[in-house]
Amino acid sequence: MSNYDRLVFELSVPGRRGYTLPNQFASKYKITELKGLSRKDSPNLPELSELDVVRHYTNISQKNFAVETGFYPLGSCTMKYNPKINEEIAGSQSLGLLHPLQPASTIQGALEINYKLRGALSEISGMSDFTLNPYAGAHGELTGLMIMKKYHEDRKDFKRTKVIVPDSAHGTNPASTAVCGMEVVEIASDENGRVDLESLKANLSDEIAGMMLTNPNTLGVFENDICEIAKLVHSAGGLMYYDGANLNAILGKARPGDMGFDIMHINLHKTFSTPHGGGGPGSGPVGVRKGLEYLLPNPKVDIMDGHYYIKGDADSIGRISMHFGNFLVFVKAYAYILSLGNENIGKVGELSVLNANYVMESLKDDYKLPIPLHCKHECVFDGLKDDSTGIKTLDVAKRLLDYGMHAPTIYFPLLFHQSIMIEPTETESKQTLDDFIMAMKSIAREAKEDPELLHQAPHTTPVRRIDEVYAVRKMIITYKDYCENKE
Amino acid sequence: MFKYFPHTDEDIEAMKRAIGIASVDELFSDVPKDVFFRRKYNLPDAMSEIELRAYFDKLGKANSDLVCFAGLGTYDHYDPAVIKSLTSRQEFLTAYTPYQPEVSQGTLQYIFEFQSMIQILTGMDAANASMYDGATATAEACFMAEAIARRKLILVSKTVNPYVTDVLKTYCRPRGISIEIIPETDGITDIAELEKMIDGNVAAVVAQKPNFFGLIEDFGRISEIIHANGSVFIENADLSALGILKTPKEDGADIVVGDCQTLGIPMSYGGPGAGYMATIKAHIRKLPGRIVGLSKDVDGKRAYVLTLQAREQHIRREKANSNICSNQSLMALYVTIYLSLMGPEGLREVNELSYQGAHYLYDRLIATGKFRPAFKGPFLKEFCLKTNIPASTIQEVLLKNGIFGAIPMGEFGEEYQNMVSFAVTEKRTKEEIEHLVSLLEVVA
Repeated sequence: MSNYDRLVFELSVPGRRGYTLPNQFASKYKITELKGLSRKDSPNLPELSELDVVRHYTNISQKNFAVETGFYPLGSCTMKYNPKINEEIAGSQSLGLLHPLQPASTIQGALEINYKLRGALSEISGMSDFTLNPYAGAHGELTGLMIMKKYHEDRKDFKRTKVIVPDSAHGTNPASTAVCGMEVVEIASDENGRVDLESLKANLSDEIAGMMLTNPNTLGVFENDICEIAKLVHSAGGLMYYDGANLNAILGKARPGDMGFDIMHINLHKTFSTPHGGGGPGSGPVGVRKGLEYLLPNPKVDIMDGHYYIKGDADSIGRISMHFGNFLVFVKAYAYILSLGNENIGKVGELSVLNANYVMESLKDDYKLPIPLHCKHECVFDGLKDDSTGIKTLDVAKRLLDYGMHAPTIYFPLLFHQSIMIEPTETESKQTLDDFIMAMKSIAREAKEDPELLHQAPHTTPVRRIDEVYAVRKMIITYKDYCENKE
Repeated sequence: MFKYFPHTDEDIEAMKRAIGIASVDELFSDVPKDVFFRRKYNLPDAMSEIELRAYFDKLGKANSDLVCFAGLGTYDHYDPAVIKSLTSRQEFLTAYTPYQPEVSQGTLQYIFEFQSMIQILTGMDAANASMYDGATATAEACFMAEAIARRKLILVSKTVNPYVTDVLKTYCRPRGISIEIIPETDGITDIAELEKMIDGNVAAVVAQKPNFFGLIEDFGRISEIIHANGSVFIENADLSALGILKTPKEDGADIVVGDCQTLGIPMSYGGPGAGYMATIKAHIRKLPGRIVGLSKDVDGKRAYVLTLQAREQHIRREKANSNICSNQSLMALYVTIYLSLMGPEGLREVNELSYQGAHYLYDRLIATGKFRPAFKGPFLKEFCLKTNIPASTIQEVLLKNGIFGAIPMGEFGEEYQNMVSFAVTEKRTKEEIEHLVSLLEVVA
C-alpha cells in the first residue's frame, strides 16, 4: 500500500484547472448584479489539473483495505462480495439522470424497480409491504419506531412510551428509541446470551410500546424462544420490531414475519450485497405486517391497471426523506436478488452459517468461546484462551492487519470484555477461511512467544497505531485547523 | 454451485466433518419447527448476466429521456467523468466504515478533505463527515438546537422546501417538538411576521438559500432577530451556490445544513446523494454523526482517525440525541473530487453559466406574453413565473416534446395555483432553451 501522504490542498497551484465548461451564450447577464449578496472572499478550494486529482485519489485509495483486497470478517456488517454487474446496471444513464419530481408516466421503469423489490423483500421476510425510503439501517430503525409509536397513538393508547431492548442489542437500538422520544428498558440475557424470559415478563406492562430484537442476536445465537417472546409481548399489547442486521443468517431457513415480528428493517448493504462505500450510502427498507401498511412513510409507489403511480397516505407517519431513498442502491439489491433467484437466495443462510461454524470450531482451542452452541452467521470469542500473556483483543486485531486481513469487529457485543466477532459470509471459500484460521492460530502462538510483536502491531500498514488522545486534544478537523496549528 | 458461492461438495463435506455434523440443517436445530421455512421463495428463477442486462435495459427504456429544466432541490449539474471513475475504485467502494484506521487512511483522508471543503464553502468552523440528505440533516440540526437552547419550538420559513418541512414535522412530532411556519411575502420570509412569532419558546429558526422559489434572501436582519431572542439560526443552503453567495457564516448562521447533490452527484431519481452539516466552534461537540480528526501514528507520521466519538450513541446509547452511526461516505467522496476538479474558478463559472441561462430563459418567457414575474427578488438559477394557462397544460406540452420543466407549484399551496418553476444549469444549451421557448410561445 501507498506511502503517499499529501493533502489535496497541498497540491494546489494557482491557475491550474481540472474542468472544461461550454462557452457563455448569454454574457450580457452579469452575475456581479448579485454583489450585495456575494461572499467576501473567493473560496479557498484547491486548484489542480485533472491528472493531479486522478493521481491523488488513486494514491490515497491504495491506503484502504476493502472486500476486493482481502478477507473482511467484520461481525454484524456482512462484508460479502459486491457483484460487478450490479454496479454496471446502477451506473446506466437511463437510471442516473432521472429527476425525483418527474411525473409517474415518465419513470415507469424506476417505479417498477421500487414496487418489485418491495415485493421480493416481503416474500423473503414474510412481511406484507415495505418502504424503501430509509437511507440506512439506523434510519430504518427510527422509521420503524415512529410506526410503532403512531400505531399506539392511533388507538388512543398514549401511555406506551417504553421499548424493551436486550443488553446484547446493537447500539443503534437504544439510540433510535431515544431519538424517537421513547424510553429504553434494557433486559438482561441468560447464560447463553439469549433473552431471559423471566426478565422479559417482569418488564412487560401497559407502558410497553414494543420490543426490539435481532435474531440471530449479536452473539450469533438464534433466539429459540422467539415464538414465546412474541406471544408475551403481543399479549401485553406491544409490537415486535426485528432488527434486520443479521438477516443473512436465516435466508432460506426462517422469516421474521413467521416468527411474529410486526415491523422490521433490512440493511440492503449487508444481506443484499450493495457495497458499503466506506460507510455509505446504505439503504434500510422497513417492512410491516398486514394492517400496518398505511403507517409506512410517504411518498409511496403503487400500481393500478398495470400503471405505477405515486401516492401519499394522510395517516402515514409522514415523510422521512426528501424523496424515495437511495434509489441506485436498491437497483443493485434488486439485481442481486434476480441474479440469485429463488434457488440461490435460499442457500445464502446455510452457507454463511456453515462458514461461521467452521471458523468457530477451528479456533475454539486458542480463543475463549463463551457460548458453546452452534452459531449462526457469526461467532463471538472473548479474547485469547490463554490470558496470562497480557495480550488483548485489540492487539490480536492489529496483528491480523499484518497478515493482510481485516480485523473482525472487536469489543462488541458489550456482554464480554474482549469480544471478537467474526462474520465470514457465504462468498468466502474454505481456502480463505483456512488462511484466516492459520493466521489467528499463529497470532495466538505469537502472543506467548513474542508478545511485544503484538503490542507493537501493526507493522506493515500505511500508518501504525494512531494517537487518538492527540486527535481529541488538538481537534484538527479541517485543513484550516491544520494550517493554524502549524503556525 | 452459483458463481458467488465458492463451496464445492468436498469443501462442504470437510467443513461438516470439522464441525461434527451430518447435515447443515443441524446448525438450524434451534429454529422452532413452527417457523422453520420449508418451502421455496416465491421469487423468479435465477437470471443469467445476459438476461439481467436485457431486463434492466428494458426497465431503463420505460423511463423517458428528458431535458431537465426542473429544480426544487435537485439539479441537473455537470458531473465530470473523473468522479465516476475514481469513486468506482474498489478500495473506496467495497470498504466499510474506518473501524481499523491503519488500513482505512484513504477513506479517513477524503472525509477530512470533505470536512475541510464544507468549512471553506460555508465559512463555519467545523463540519461532520456527511449526513443522509439535506432534509434529515435539517431535522438533526433542529435536535441540536433543542439541546442547545433547551426549548421546544422551531419556526420554519414558508420559503423552505416543503419536503424539508415535512421531514422536520415527522422527526419532531414523536419528540414533542412543535413546528410553526413563518409566512412569506413576495416569495421571501416575512420579517415582520417573524418578529411577531419569535419568543422565549423558540429554539431555532430555519431558513433556506436560495429559497424554494429560487430567490436569494438577505438574512442579515433575520439573524439579528434570532440571536436577540437567544435562538439558533439554522440555514439550509445549496453548497454549489455558496461558491459565489454570502457564506452562512457571513449570514450569522449557527448551524448550516443542506444537500450535496449539486456538487457532482447525478440526480439518480433522488438518491443516493448526501447531506452536510457545519457549525460554529461553540457547538462542535453537539454535532451528530462522524467526525474525522488529524493525528499522528507511533512513528510520528500524519494519520487520520474518527474522533470525538464519546459524544454520541457509541457511549450514551439510551441518552443519544442522534442515532446516525455512519455517513454517506462514498457520496462525500463525489463532492470532494468534484470540488478538487472545479476549484474556486470552476465553481464560479458553473454559477455564472447557470445564472446567465436562467436569466436568459426568464426574459425570453416573459417576452412571450404568456408569463409574468411571480416575485421581485433576485435569483440565481431557479425562478417562478405566473401564468393564466393551466400549469398542468404547460408541463404536458413540454413532456410531449422531451422536456421536464415548469413544475406546477399549486401542489405546494393554493396561493401558488397558477405558478410554475424552472431551473437552468450550465448543462442547458441555447438551443434547448430556444426549443422550450418556442413550445411555450404557442401554448394555450
